[in-house]
Order: sequence, then structure tokens, then C-alpha cells
Amino acid sequence: MSTALKQTALYNEHIALGAKMVPFGGWEMPVSYKGIISEHTDVRTNVGIFDIGHMGVVDISGSDALAFIQSVSTNDARLLAEYECQYSILCNENGGAVDDILVYKLEGFYRIVVNASNTDKALSWFKAHSSNFKDLEITHRSDISMLSLQGPKAASLLPELKDLKRNHCGMWQNVLVSRTGYTGEDGFEFFASRDSVKKLWDHFMSLGVAPCGLGARDTLRLEAGLPLYGHEYDDNTSPIEAGYPWAVKFEGHEFVGKAALLAQKQNGPVKILKGLKFSEKAIPRQGAEVFQGDKKIGVVTSGTFSPTLKIPVALAYLDSQVAQNGTTLSVLIRDKSYPAVVVAKKLI
Amino acid sequence: MATPNDRVYSKEHEWAKIDGNTAIIGISDHAQDALGDIVFVEMPKVGAELKQFAEFGVVESVKTVSTLYSPMSGKVTEINPDLASKPEIINEDPYEKGWIIKLAISSADEKSKLLSSEQYEAFLSSSK
Repeated sequence: MSTALKQTALYNEHIALGAKMVPFGGWEMPVSYKGIISEHTDVRTNVGIFDIGHMGVVDISGSDALAFIQSVSTNDARLLAEYECQYSILCNENGGAVDDILVYKLEGFYRIVVNASNTDKALSWFKAHSSNFKDLEITHRSDISMLSLQGPKAASLLPELKDLKRNHCGMWQNVLVSRTGYTGEDGFEFFASRDSVKKLWDHFMSLGVAPCGLGARDTLRLEAGLPLYGHEYDDNTSPIEAGYPWAVKFEGHEFVGKAALLAQKQNGPVKILKGLKFSEKAIPRQGAEVFQGDKKIGVVTSGTFSPTLKIPVALAYLDSQVAQNGTTLSVLIRDKSYPAVVVAKKLI
Repeated sequence: MATPNDRVYSKEHEWAKIDGNTAIIGISDHAQDALGDIVFVEMPKVGAELKQFAEFGVVESVKTVSTLYSPMSGKVTEINPDLASKPEIINEDPYEKGWIIKLAISSADEKSKLLSSEQYEAFLSSSK
């Protein structure tokens, strides 16, 4: 296995723009161009564009495709209309998340988008759980480069798609596009070839769309309460704890982790994901311990300075008993205790 | 941004502009660029006694937090009043408006342990 970082099709574009580059999930990615706060604000108020060529795209075809997906995915892919997608999770036997995914039903096959950091892990998981399915092909589409256009003004740049519903797909200039995103704003995600992604990028850049990096991608998704694998999800954390019980459908559907998740649903989860708002000038980071008095009752999974709220914020797993909105808890940041108020994980 | 040659630098990316018994202290352009958007600055109180290379505060950006180490020993005489409300001044103007503290220095000889602007630039190139 090569340890050299992979580069997306737009790597040279980022360098030419003077982007700060960082390693992420095995890829060399832009973390920012003009600055995280500026890019974040562009997406919240206008429109921004993200190179998401690092995301894993896996096509599942054959007459056993649906049955296979049903066996590993918590959501129910039978509910998908053609050109529709759904959020789901691949769980292990304990109900812990192997990865969180988007499942698309396309024409004659299914497409699964997995996290960059979990692409190899998801592919191995699929292979390990495919032996009972005879007519099945699993293809890693490393030839596809995804691109994300996000913000309230995004739709105005794609007037042909104005009637495209959220979580549905259409075509734009011969490129498959879905009305999906990871920012809490309206937006579109393109599935382009390595050649056409450059044309798309140049097109939107020529319209003055701000290039946005992983730094803003993180502050945006955090404010919107969206999980990031490795923070809000790991092998020991379930979608029920993360706040996605609706993505776990038990009816007539046998999948890995079903029994564990059913038990969790019936007993109630022991920990749940909530938001925390801070009033003092220190930023909570992943791993910061959360206390109620002297008792440790939780841990921060992600923290940042919210450019929209202009305060430090965090997502944290808290003991279910103390996780009511409005409760004041304390968080240890660099050995000092700071007050924090519990709120819904959707912070804005 | 060129590295001003009217001051000295530490390997922790602070600078000290010394004028007689006073030193003005801040962080370099390299440091502010590496940090990204600065949102909080924790500063010592006026009157605090600092030792050369000891921690005196913290600069926090959206992505990370960085400890500040004093390039000189001395007593804090002033802290930049604008940083509480506009910490981004350090990003915009790290060498002038973005100054962090002023010290009444105890030993000007300590300068010898710091780098000239050329030495600091060489240090940055060698660390790449």
C-alpha cells in the first residue's frame, strides 16, 4: 500500500490559487484559500465551490445489487425511486458505524458514496459481505471526481436544475448531479470525470464563485450538526446515538447490526450527540471532557469557532440523562473549566 | 511580506522590537499565516513578570491553538487593547498594528539569543 498522498484532478488549480494544502484521508487537499472564515461566509451568504474529488464512489451492479445493499446498509434502499439517494450507515455486528454513506439508485445500478478516509475500509467491508450474492459487481470508480457547489445562490447558477428536488439527481452539461451537500445550505454535487471536473471548476470560477477548502467544509458541517466519521462516528458509535434513527429501518430488512440497533432503539441509547454553545474565549476540541459538577458525563467530538454565531461551539456525546437542552455543563479546555450550554446538534 | 530588519526573532516565530529598555512583542507573518484566521488571544496581565522563552499566552485560530513564548525577559507594561475585539488584526498586520504586548526589559543582552531577520528567514527556509 502506497503511503504517498493522492492528488485530485484539481490539484494544480489549488496550487495556482495559493491554497494551503494538508493531508486528509490519504489525499493532499486544500484546507483554505482566502481564509476559513471568508470561505465559510461565502457559502452561508452566497455560493462556494469545493473540490471533493477525494470522496470514494463505488458502483454496485447485477441483479443481486439491491439485496446486497440491503444486507449491509441500515436504511431501506427499496424506498428509492430512480435517481434518488438516501443517507445511510454501514454498521458492524455491534451496531457501530463502519462508515456513513449516501446510497443512490441510478439507471440499472446503485452508487454508494463513502468517506475518503474509509474508502479502502468500505471496499473491504463490501467484499467481505458479498459472498452470498452471485450476480453482483462492486466497482470502485476512481475515475470519478466529485465537485460540490453550495450556498443560497448556487441554484441561480444552475437554472436548468431549479426544479430538482433535494436528494434527487439530474444531468447538467452531461454530468450527473445531485441536490445534496454537507453544509446545511442548498447545493449540488457533481459526479464528473477527471477531465470534465476541470471544465466545471473553470466555469464556476469564471463566474466568480469562491473556492472553499476543507477548513470551511468543517466549520459549515459542524454548525449544521452533520457528523464527520472519526469524530461523531467510529466503530463504537451507532447511528441511533448520532441522532439518525430515521436512517435505520427495521421493517422486512435484515442487515448487519440489526439486532444490536433494535436493542438500542428499545432501551434508548446510553449516550447521545448534542450541541454545546460557549460564551468564553476558548475553543473546545475533540477529546475535551464534559462535566456536570465533578462527574464526567461526556466528551467533545468536534469543536470550532462558529463564524456564523461568533462563539466557540462543539458537538459532544453526553450521557442521555443529562442531555437536555438548556442544561449548563462544564468543559475542560487546556486544564481550565469553561461553562457550556446544551443545545440541539443543529447549531444554526 | 518581507521580514522587517528593525527587530529580532525567535525560533517560535515571535519577534521583539527593542528600543532602549522597551520591547514590543508580536508574532511573525509566517506564524499568522500558518495559524489562519485568529479568533482569540490570551494575554498576560499588565505587571506580569516574564522570562525569556517562557509561555506568556495563547493565540487561537479556527483550526488550532498556539502557545506564545516571550522572546525577552521583562515586565508587561502594556497589552494591545484592540486584540480583544479584533484579534484578526494580527493576521492583517502582524508587525505593526498586530503587536501583542510591551515589556520593560530586564536584560538587553538576551538579544544575542535571538535571530536577525536574515537568520530568521534562513531558519524558515531550512525548516521547509
